[in-house]
Amino acid sequence: MIVVNEYEALLEAYGKAGGSLDALRSKEVGNLVIHKNRVLSANEVKGIKVETEETETGVNIYFLVEEGAKIKYPVHLCFGVLPKEGLQEITLKVEAQADSEVTVIAHCIFPNAINVIHKMDADIKIGNNAKFCYQETHYHGESGGVKVIPKAKIRVGKKGIWQSTFTLIEGCVGMLDYDFEIFGEEKSINELLVKVFGKKEDDIKIVEKIHLDGREARGLAKSRLVLNDNAKAVVMGETYGNAPFARGHVDCIEIVNGEGVIARAIPVVYVSDKQAKVTHEAAIGSIDKKQMQTLMARGLNEEEAVDVIVKGILR
Amino acid sequence: MLEVKGLKLRLNGKPVINGLNLEVKKGRIHGLLGVNGTGKTTLANLLMGIGYPDEGSIIFEGRDITKCTISERARMGITLAWQEPARFEGLSIKEYLKLSRNLDSNESESYLWMVGLSPAEYLNRAVDVSLSGGERKRVELASVLAMKPKLAILDEPDSGIDVISLPHIMNGIVEMSKQGSAVLLITHSETGIEIANRVSVMCAGKIINTGAPEEMCQWFKDNCRTCDHIGEPAHEGA
Repeated sequence: MIVVNEYEALLEAYGKAGGSLDALRSKEVGNLVIHKNRVLSANEVKGIKVETEETETGVNIYFLVEEGAKIKYPVHLCFGVLPKEGLQEITLKVEAQADSEVTVIAHCIFPNAINVIHKMDADIKIGNNAKFCYQETHYHGESGGVKVIPKAKIRVGKKGIWQSTFTLIEGCVGMLDYDFEIFGEEKSINELLVKVFGKKEDDIKIVEKIHLDGREARGLAKSRLVLNDNAKAVVMGETYGNAPFARGHVDCIEIVNGEGVIARAIPVVYVSDKQAKVTHEAAIGSIDKKQMQTLMARGLNEEEAVDVIVKGILR
Repeated sequence: MLEVKGLKLRLNGKPVINGLNLEVKKGRIHGLLGVNGTGKTTLANLLMGIGYPDEGSIIFEGRDITKCTISERARMGITLAWQEPARFEGLSIKEYLKLSRNLDSNESESYLWMVGLSPAEYLNRAVDVSLSGGERKRVELASVLAMKPKLAILDEPDSGIDVISLPHIMNGIVEMSKQGSAVLLITHSETGIEIANRVSVMCAGKIINTGAPEEMCQWFKDNCRTCDHIGEPAHEGA
């Protein structure tokens, strides 16, 4: 009974946060719903195996995409802590076997958090010629009482593709310590994108590291941040070109839109092979004056113009 | 519709706009021709409310708007298409066209057709660096068209434009005029100015001659192409 209530409550929060309830209820769509350290629902689909183990503080998950499996619908994961306080530690082991293809959409929901810690420690292996798209979207309350600590080590095989997007633009971030590191083999595609809207006293640290270890491996470490009020952020985008014809790019934009904001970007571009090439661009500053003037010349007031620009950057 | 009287602006101690007078009539295309550095873009900015003059007045539909903000002028029906339009990450062309008015999809499509862009190909593309210079200018013009402005200030819509884009841009400007908008068409080149109903020649921050397009183009060639009055007092008009 408690589980059912938790499930319904989490689903309600998930729906309010923009998640697809139909996807979670459909038998054709793979899903996994976890509240604190409880697995409330799990639905496997053909080509996917999910094993879970509840621990005292969270859940250990083994997620397998079988060789050659092309998963038709995105798999939905839902992680949440509904009470004001709590700790959720997710240990995630992912194996996408050769020639498989899947999109995973994860929603992380902490609407009432005053003192909640959400940790994810992921070990991810993408097989040769496999494609894995991972979209993680957070929904936080306005108190800023969440500590989010996602860490991932991702190994991408030959001609494999990893594309991930981490989005935290609803509610206050609280404290974010994001650290994703990829190792890409020959002809792999390795892309990390982070979008965060910091406000109030948010404290944000983002580390995106890409090691292009295989010939012709490609990488993109991209981040988009908008910082209001007294938010603080540091973005460390690092790309290492270690093989012939490896190509990487680090791309960071931080919009500073508050008196107490502190924004830093620390790009690292490193090349250890004479035929590799890595580039970077980083821009930190207030909202572009010309963009503002253009929108205002179409009749928007200053506030509306800022809103359009910010939403675009974080889209 | 628009009357500019005795406009003056100094920047870093130098006169940039130097007692400029100009009149633009409703539903007409008024060309403003001048070599680079004569203050055309500064004038466009002052008319849009991006910066304010030291002296003089800007009258729009009988109202003094010299001190009005950009947004206030836009709400009165004035808009500006920049020489190098801004780019917007994450904003689709469809959304960009709808900024000023809530267009339905048929309307959005029609404005893209007017500037020679296929809606199927462009509506969902972003107004970002993926667009070429010519594409971006055509989108800018479509967005000005979509606003149905009373006065459109177009700052060098023809500069840096490929031969394929140029006729589409010129057609878009004519279309705007047909829809009843007054257009101030600012350019440094005689090419394309023939679509104007009247042309003023600008030199060293002031209007030095006004007349029919053909006459003014010839006058411009004869008097301004070899003139070195940039930043100096203008030569006397005919």
